Amino acid sequence: MPNIPSIRIETRTRASRRAAIFWALLLLIGFILPVFAGRGLVQEMFAILTMLALAQCWNLLAGYAGLVSVGQQAFVGIGAYAMFAGVILWGWDPVPAILLGGVAAAILAIPTAFFAFRLQGAYFAIGTWVIAEVVRLSMAQWKTLGGGTGTSLPREATADMMFVPQIAALLGVRDAAARDVLAYWLALALATGTILGVYALLRSRQGLALAAVRDNRVAARSVGVDAERMNWFVFVTAAAITGLCGGLIYMQTARISPDAAFALLDWTGFIIFIVVIGGIGTIEGPILGVIVFFVLQRMLADYGSWYSLLLGLIGIAVMLYAPRGLWGLIHDRTGVDLFPIRRRLVFNDTKDTDD
Amino acid sequence: MIWVDTIVQGVLLGGLYALFAAGLSLVFGIMRLVNLAHGDLIILAAYLILVCVTVLGLHPLLAVLIAAPVMFAVGWGLQRFVLTRTLGDDILPPLLVTFGLSIVIQNALLEGFSADSQRIPLGSVETASVALGPISVGVIPLLTFASAIVVILALNHLFYRTALGRAFRAVSDDATTAQLMGIRPASIFAMATGIAMVVVTIAAIYLGVRANFDPTIGPARLIYAFEAVIIGGLGSFWGTLAGGIIIGVAQTLGGAINPEWQILSGHLAFLLVLLVRPRGLFPRAFD
Amino acid sequence: MTLLSTHGLTAFYGSFQALFGVDLRIDAGETLAIIGANGAGKSTLMRALSGILASSPDMIFYDGASVGALTAPEMMAKGIAMVPEGRKLFPSLNVEENLQIGTYGRKTTGPWNLSAIYALFPILHERRLQASTSLSGGQQQMVAIGRALMSNPRLLLCDEISLGLAPVVIKDIYASLPAIKETGTSVIVVEQDITQSLRVANRVICMMEGRITLQGTPDSLTRSAIHNAYFGAHA
Repeated sequence: MPNIPSIRIETRTRASRRAAIFWALLLLIGFILPVFAGRGLVQEMFAILTMLALAQCWNLLAGYAGLVSVGQQAFVGIGAYAMFAGVILWGWDPVPAILLGGVAAAILAIPTAFFAFRLQGAYFAIGTWVIAEVVRLSMAQWKTLGGGTGTSLPREATADMMFVPQIAALLGVRDAAARDVLAYWLALALATGTILGVYALLRSRQGLALAAVRDNRVAARSVGVDAERMNWFVFVTAAAITGLCGGLIYMQTARISPDAAFALLDWTGFIIFIVVIGGIGTIEGPILGVIVFFVLQRMLADYGSWYSLLLGLIGIAVMLYAPRGLWGLIHDRTGVDLFPIRRRLVFNDTKDTDD
Repeated sequence: MIWVDTIVQGVLLGGLYALFAAGLSLVFGIMRLVNLAHGDLIILAAYLILVCVTVLGLHPLLAVLIAAPVMFAVGWGLQRFVLTRTLGDDILPPLLVTFGLSIVIQNALLEGFSADSQRIPLGSVETASVALGPISVGVIPLLTFASAIVVILALNHLFYRTALGRAFRAVSDDATTAQLMGIRPASIFAMATGIAMVVVTIAAIYLGVRANFDPTIGPARLIYAFEAVIIGGLGSFWGTLAGGIIIGVAQTLGGAINPEWQILSGHLAFLLVLLVRPRGLFPRAFD
Repeated sequence: MTLLSTHGLTAFYGSFQALFGVDLRIDAGETLAIIGANGAGKSTLMRALSGILASSPDMIFYDGASVGALTAPEMMAKGIAMVPEGRKLFPSLNVEENLQIGTYGRKTTGPWNLSAIYALFPILHERRLQASTSLSGGQQQMVAIGRALMSNPRLLLCDEISLGLAPVVIKDIYASLPAIKETGTSVIVVEQDITQSLRVANRVICMMEGRITLQGTPDSLTRSAIHNAYFGAHA
């Protein structure tokens, strides 16, 4: 009987170990950023981080689970409105009210999934869009929260927000700037948590099951993977995080309206653009995509509709000629994985030889 | 009596939605292509007609005759050189490319025409109405509905009684075997989108005459068109008309109860039908 | 007079090679049988000949011209019609429409038209307005053959027309071949079932793993020679 060596399954590579150090450093810098950065930069970083979290969620849905939703704005909006409801109707402090956003989105996700999962492919996409419209139009009927024109967070709520006085004192800034810093730190936590969560999921057995379902649902079921349950889990989780983002974004803005909170372009259009340009189906992709998106926005801010037009053209070009996005191109050239999830068998009696 | 009037208005509105949807139904039925720019293409056609009317001083009906072949060429070229490359098992590429296209068209129109509301002038017939028994209906809505019927009759004839229609159906079933019959899928797809754009032009004149339009209202028309196609069922043109009528009647009934509920009612009707019939009311047997 | 010939024909599916330098020819009016086990490369050969699989231009000659790089619609227009493996009728078309679509890419006058096909396969006339998928396997095969004949081809490629059919049905199908041959059409019959194909063919080619292992007229080949060529000499 030949000696069977013991095996373990590994996903780490040398590049990823270096990358882990890099990400940790980046996180540290991100954390202390408000100390030396101006208010404008903090606000910009806030926008980048919230878009990044949203993009990771959409990527998880469409890129990994194969659920192409064109209706995530429903969860951004409901999250934002739940936060506002908490503050305006029940007198909550805006910061914990953000959690209401996550809960509300998760609750909305249940009937949404129940309905949408009966539909296939393109029908699923349109179905999610219609549901988002239904939620938007319904919210516009809620007069206490501003109806069709919207409303703002009351002064008493924003003036006395949790942690804000402490931050103002710590950094020596005014309350308004301290609110931005708080929002930024929350966004940093949310984006980091989302990325780590997605990474952990993909490295787990559930992640493998997810890939199997995406590739071939029937084959996956034949080896015991419960496709339904996987899809439910991913859909509700992505919705919850999206809802948290919605609550956070509108806590920072402090003003809400149905058209803004449920905007197709901002919360689905731009997000899809980010994921596709960056590279769908990878964790690195949305990170790259967000950077490209904001650089373009900076460069073309003064050009109005030319900016959007160019964005549209770039999206078309990337989809036609580089369907796996910029990260796809980089990965093909260099083979580098900064968040590796490909499993390798490593034999325990050999030294861990990696690339 | 109010209810009869409301329902009749809804049915006629359904004719307009069916016109929005008919071209989409053709393309979706043959290629499963989700064209998110369809609504914006209707608006593009409306602006094209507007230019012919205001700049060239043509009568709107004549403008349609000029705009239609131009839109045919636009659709043909778009499909042949851009959209056919995205076709395959994955629904994302056509979704994303047409989404990008939608953004491009909207912003190009914004740059070219500004965000001002426009209207295609048609003279006194815009407000003319005719008595239909106890109720009076507008001439334009009636014409719209009649046009929808004519268009659907024409599409059905094309699809089920001509060699081109057989080719459409064959390619939609099995593109590889269709090639063995001498059919070139790329040409067929381009033809289909071209024809869809002609229908879009007809929809555009009724849109432009009936209400104000501006570069950004495309996506709203798109959603009604999709709802009509989906609840009608893949591959059925009469189904698309039925879908349009259902949405139209739901909207007018909801709007009669409370004007703010009009659009919401249409969406709720869509969701209700899909809940009971996930593949639509009259889907083709094979998918 | 040679109608079609191949020269060192190779074919790949990605990096997997399915054909290794196949040389064959078929003359006008001839019936050629290609036999071999599953995976021998027979269907791949048919797909290459019909233009579905692209080849280098000089690998296939038809009527004296190199046609290897032509697409399926172009090959079809030149008079090469295929009855595909698995019949592949169009579900959205009824029986008559399936026949009619056979002439889409090539409209010529000739012995084959709707009435001639209905004369060859009378049962199809009865069922001509039915959905093609509601027919039995044998009837569907008749539709597929009729569809290919509608273009009055000079070369008819029949890819496993007996697949999945009962022996009595197979006999009926093959009984139609003489009428087809009578009009001067060349026919290539690809089969796993040797008996019927040997009966109708002027020449036989046996393939294994992408190569021709045996060629000759049916009478000149012994059973054991065919057996070895079919399964391999070590089988």
